[in-house]
Amino acid sequence: MLATRALSLVGKRAISTSICVRGGHGVAKVDDYNPLPDVQFVTELSAEQRSLKEKEKGSWATLSNEEKIALYRISFKQSFAEMNEGTKEWKSVIAGMFFFIGMTGLVVLWQRKFVYGPVPSTFESEWKEKEVQRMLDMRINPVEGFSAKWDYENKEWKK
Amino acid sequence: MTHASVFRGSHKCTTMRSNSRPCGQTTPLASRCYSHAKVETDEEFDARWVTYFSKPDIDAWELKKGMNTLIGYDLVPEPKILDSALRACRRLNDLASAIRILEAVKDKSGPHKDIYPYLIQELQPTLIELGISTPEDLGMDKL
Repeated sequence: MLATRALSLVGKRAISTSICVRGGHGVAKVDDYNPLPDVQFVTELSAEQRSLKEKEKGSWATLSNEEKIALYRISFKQSFAEMNEGTKEWKSVIAGMFFFIGMTGLVVLWQRKFVYGPVPSTFESEWKEKEVQRMLDMRINPVEGFSAKWDYENKEWKK
Repeated sequence: MTHASVFRGSHKCTTMRSNSRPCGQTTPLASRCYSHAKVETDEEFDARWVTYFSKPDIDAWELKKGMNTLIGYDLVPEPKILDSALRACRRLNDLASAIRILEAVKDKSGPHKDIYPYLIQELQPTLIELGISTPEDLGMDKL
């Protein structure tokens, strides 16, 4: 019972007009890009606009540029240039990105100071010196690697 | 069509004679099962739209519907169609729509920047005759 009622609601749903439909004769058609809207922008015309509309019935060559623009603005809210204009949203996006990266940086620095313990003693320079000497004594990678770079005669790194 | 009945005696070899190839049957030759619907040529398409806008007593709704449909197609209309539409605007005393049509076709051209100047060049006599300014003349292509 409930399922059939739900199904009847689905059936009444209007087909979305933004689906790309076949416009007959094999030409693809889009339904929601309308350069000429149904209703003009200004519905209540002032006296000046009404007289301009009267003038429009005559030769258009006699209209000045301002009058032509005024006529356009009566019918349409935005020109194509205004309609297609991008927003400045991308600036907010980049700013947000930098902000959060910065916050993360602060968190990392705080962690290093207050969360992590000391590094192992094997990182001390004294230990490291002994470690290098031991590796050279063992002839680690004597052909092309580590010990190959050590000059055993002169007891220094090869230039 | 050779008739391979030499070794078959009196049997009629109907498969060799048959010309029609119903879809679904695999064929060794390069033949495709296309739809048999008639495809409208470009000239027919253009002529149809020119006729639509040329209606002497076209009304405002028909102009809007026609333009919106035409702009919805995946193409930039030919100058002759636009000429017909601009004259329809003149009959309806609607300069705003005439300018809008020019804006719309420029927008339709997308990245192909050479289409719009060509259209304006072709429509120049009509624009002068009817006194239609292009959006560029009015500075409406800038913000």
